[in-house]
Amino acid sequence: MIKARVTVTLKSGVLDPQGKAIEHALDGLGFSGVGQVRQGKVFDIALETSDPAKAEAELRDMAARLLANTVIEDFSVEVL
Amino acid sequence: MKAAVILLPGLNRDRDMIAALTKISGRAPQTVWQTETSIDDDVDLIVIPGGFSYGDYLRCGAIAARMPVMRAVKEKAEQGTRVIGVCNGFQILVEAGMLPGALMRNASLKFVCREVRLEVANAETAFTSGYTTGQIIRCPVAHHDGNYFADPDTLAGIEASGQVAFRYTADTNPNGSVNNIAGIVNSAGNVLGMMPHPENLIEAAHGGADGRALFEAALGLVDA
Repeated sequence: MIKARVTVTLKSGVLDPQGKAIEHALDGLGFSGVGQVRQGKVFDIALETSDPAKAEAELRDMAARLLANTVIEDFSVEVL
Repeated sequence: MKAAVILLPGLNRDRDMIAALTKISGRAPQTVWQTETSIDDDVDLIVIPGGFSYGDYLRCGAIAARMPVMRAVKEKAEQGTRVIGVCNGFQILVEAGMLPGALMRNASLKFVCREVRLEVANAETAFTSGYTTGQIIRCPVAHHDGNYFADPDTLAGIEASGQVAFRYTADTNPNGSVNNIAGIVNSAGNVLGMMPHPENLIEAAHGGADGRALFEAALGLVDA
């Protein structure tokens, strides 16, 4: 069993109104030093294989085909 | 012409769409459930209605776009069958890669449910031939994720090739869409996606019929 984490983030240059709202809320809580917030998604995935290379290839395929919308998002894959 | 309406769990504007198509075409559309893998050969117009398929999980339209029925929709579209996606249907078509760009969270972060004004940006498409270019029509919108985005090259491409079918008037853009884009067609011109709901403005009882000409054109009831 291999555990992995896929992280999906908005591409730079794509506006993130939710990140902006979080930024303002942090400011409202008194965290005055916040420069920028970008919101993303994390997927923790358990795979039945024991081959890390195969797992990574499969996770990249999953990310490209479903987990991320590559028009607006980038992804990274981490085998834990 | 015969129409088909795609049904997915979480859609909620399917009844409105079926009613509109039935009234305008004079016959009830075929309904096609998400797990079906084929659509009748004699269907010339496929419509994906609005709603919240799969609860908008992951991204609006993302799960629906990968259901078996969408392979059948893609195949039919490649053969030239007309396809309309309204609201969640538009989101599903971009997620399926059948239309360029993406639909992001409204710039206001609010769900908007109101009437907007649309400019017919190109009346030479299979869906807009019942209007004139530059004509302003009324149309309701109801969505949380209708903020159209495309990278600069893609945007320049769809603008140059007349693929923008509808724009919000600048004062009624409800979601921050780039270039006020409300609806686009694919490069072949047979697939339309739009956030506003023309099916909800097709008869006097709706308070107007500005959306009717879109379905008349798509169903081949207008001389192009």
